[in-house]
Amino acid sequence: MSVVDVAPSPAHPPVYRRSTGRRFTLWAGRLGWRHAVMWVVAAFAIFPVLFVVSAAINPVGTLSSSQLWPTGASPANAQDLFRNTPFGTWYVNSLFFAVGNAAITVLLSALAAYAFSRMRFRGRRVGLIGLLVIQMFPQFLAIVAIYLMFSNLGELYPAIGFDTRWGLLLVYLGGALSINTWLMKGFFDTVPRELDESAQMDGATHAQVFFRIMLPLVTPVLAIVGLLVFINTINEFLLASVFLRDTGSQTLGLGLYQLVDSQRNANFGMFAVGALMLSLPTLAVFWFLQRYISEGLTSGAVKG
Amino acid sequence: MTADRPGTPGAPATGAPARRDRPGGPWSGASVGGQVVKILLLGLFTALGAWAILPLYLAGVWWGIALVAAVVALVYWVYFSRRTVPAKYLVPGVLFLMAFQIFPVLYTMSTSLTNMSDGHRGSKEQAIASIEAFSVTRDADSREFVLTVAANGDPETGDLVFLLTDDEGHAFAGTEEGLTDLVGARVDDAGKVTETLGYTVLTPAQVNARSDELQRFAVPTDDGAGIRSSGLSSAFEGSAVRVYDEACDCIEDTETGIVYHADDERGAFYDEDGQRLPQGWQVGVGLDNFARFLFNPTFASSFFGTLVWNIAFAASVTLLVFVVGLAVALTLHVPRMRGKVFYRILVVLPYAMSSLAMYLLWRDMFNADFGLFNRMLGLQVDWLGDVWAARIAVILANVWLGYPYMFLVATGALQAIPRELSQAAHLDGAGPWQAFRHVTLPLLMVAMTPILIATFAFNFNNFNAVWLITRGGPFGSEGTTAGGATDLLITYTYRLAFSEATAQYGYAAALSVMIFLIVSVMSVIGLSRTKALQEVDR
Repeated sequence: MSVVDVAPSPAHPPVYRRSTGRRFTLWAGRLGWRHAVMWVVAAFAIFPVLFVVSAAINPVGTLSSSQLWPTGASPANAQDLFRNTPFGTWYVNSLFFAVGNAAITVLLSALAAYAFSRMRFRGRRVGLIGLLVIQMFPQFLAIVAIYLMFSNLGELYPAIGFDTRWGLLLVYLGGALSINTWLMKGFFDTVPRELDESAQMDGATHAQVFFRIMLPLVTPVLAIVGLLVFINTINEFLLASVFLRDTGSQTLGLGLYQLVDSQRNANFGMFAVGALMLSLPTLAVFWFLQRYISEGLTSGAVKG
Repeated sequence: MTADRPGTPGAPATGAPARRDRPGGPWSGASVGGQVVKILLLGLFTALGAWAILPLYLAGVWWGIALVAAVVALVYWVYFSRRTVPAKYLVPGVLFLMAFQIFPVLYTMSTSLTNMSDGHRGSKEQAIASIEAFSVTRDADSREFVLTVAANGDPETGDLVFLLTDDEGHAFAGTEEGLTDLVGARVDDAGKVTETLGYTVLTPAQVNARSDELQRFAVPTDDGAGIRSSGLSSAFEGSAVRVYDEACDCIEDTETGIVYHADDERGAFYDEDGQRLPQGWQVGVGLDNFARFLFNPTFASSFFGTLVWNIAFAASVTLLVFVVGLAVALTLHVPRMRGKVFYRILVVLPYAMSSLAMYLLWRDMFNADFGLFNRMLGLQVDWLGDVWAARIAVILANVWLGYPYMFLVATGALQAIPRELSQAAHLDGAGPWQAFRHVTLPLLMVAMTPILIATFAFNFNNFNAVWLITRGGPFGSEGTTAGGATDLLITYTYRLAFSEATAQYGYAAALSVMIFLIVSVMSVIGLSRTKALQEVDR
């Protein structure tokens, strides 16, 4: 595998002329094979997406009739999905969890990161290491306890019991302080201290320093954490499946799962439409935050 | 090191943006708007506390009230004291962390030491009441009721409730706890309750769907008596055939004469032949759950088989996404290549799709009868039914979903490596492979190692990856209680707790704790090789 650009690229085009065949060989050796490889990789990347689009507009709407390339176009599957399932409710539920969790997590995490980055207090070291340790026990591993806990809590407070939005959101928020707080703290550390010190000299309170000076400066990391939490929440299955058992309270992910769980073949067209709709917010968030993505990802946040 | 100044809890040290000794009282310096927001939020929090206390008061949970009051008091102290500046920023997140992460973890650990499962959920008293109520038989002077089956909340999953009307038209609500008067119910001519506050009346179809549960449902009434249903619309009160005797701590079946003695170690009543009554109670079993999957031959083979596959799965997915992602990044890592942006967008596309939906999509593409692969390639492979085909399918789907992330990270890392280095290697006579192997790769690994560790840890517990494609299957002859061919520990645990006929919470909790231990060991090894911990002291 040739991996390094070994051909020294002259600053000026060479003065002698090469024959066409020779130029092609050079191109093939330097760039041509790269194009060939990329076509293969792109085909691998895109064929499931192509298939799901094709299935979504497939007039028949079964798995067995869906082809890689669309054989016809009709909105029948979308109409079925809107008419026969509580799609709207599912979608709103999914967005509620994803947006709610992302927004509150960013806020809570930023608050904690500010304290860890800018203040020195007893228990700081323990707190930072503690966050790393608790990270080893992902929340969903405690699912049995969370289930038992909310069986009891739900009897006392029906508003946060099973099948309610607030209960599951509370559980999600339990994971607000996490490795994301570390990511943010690292980013806060890169903001020069002189900035907030001079603001304090001018009479700003610590709250004003945080909201007016720090937050605007760390927008990239807020955006990337928000994006990751949003994506993780909208794709979360385990906790949601235990919490939301009533069809009307479920998220789109759970709804889609049941759609193809009972009927492997017949509902596939509807599933495909739903899958695209579920990917839509993710794609949109990616599109708007793309300039932050490489930067944030290399600082150590993880998704699949 | 400026941190950790003992003796001054919460006091800001150098650099902390808190100002003391300023005249003007606690409100000085702060903006009016900020104070208004602070007071509003605290007011909201107080209201929430009051809302939380009311049900606790009604249920008589005094320690719960004390806990809520303590939390509210703590919050007030933190936000009104000027010595607790760091706590003002930490308290909101830490409260959530404590309640919904740390407490569940500890609760998991304590549950793992019990036999908690279906049939072992409540206390011994509840088990006795349930046994007695369940054994009632009709006799000559039994009270008869017209029965309406209802549920508490959701008609499919809420706890069953018997709505009963007697001959005189009195209405009662019977739950597993006992009988209470039902007020404000609407009753039709036949005595059926048609509508009532607080309970959902079930339709005949919904009752039918839960008929098994109905068979097992009984309302305990006075000493040794209970109400059971006879059919779907009538119920009777009778006296118990099985009676608890405190003197011998046993239950005697007055019809058959068999005596069941309480076994407080196993949490159930057993007769002399070792036959037990189905209703038991929760007892501590020490480390028995752990011993079961570590040493019991049947369970241990499931556990260790699953563990080996789990590690192999996480390792192979991590390795493959790394290789593919890096290869793609290297292919595009060349100056002046046409269509680079176009390729990038296509290659990153899987990452931007919803992974949950894509797992389900892959499952359907692998479908043996209707799936895309078999139809397009003209194969007859039972992808998800064959052990190795299913394993390959799961890994393939995860590589598809995972490599774009590695590509993005590797691209970033490659751009950070100066091109002059490999050019220098070339001038010194190194071939492209040697330059990559000895110059680029070592530098790359510095940035990539933490990411690879994180990816491995993530995939080790990648529940969706397996559950949504194979549900852990295909399964062997022992059925779904043994580990399936693609089961990860987390899917195995989930199935034991939530998706089997009898839920084994205690055993599942023990497995969770075991996963935690395994992941901790791996993380400690991983972390000790990275620089993350050094940041603590910065």
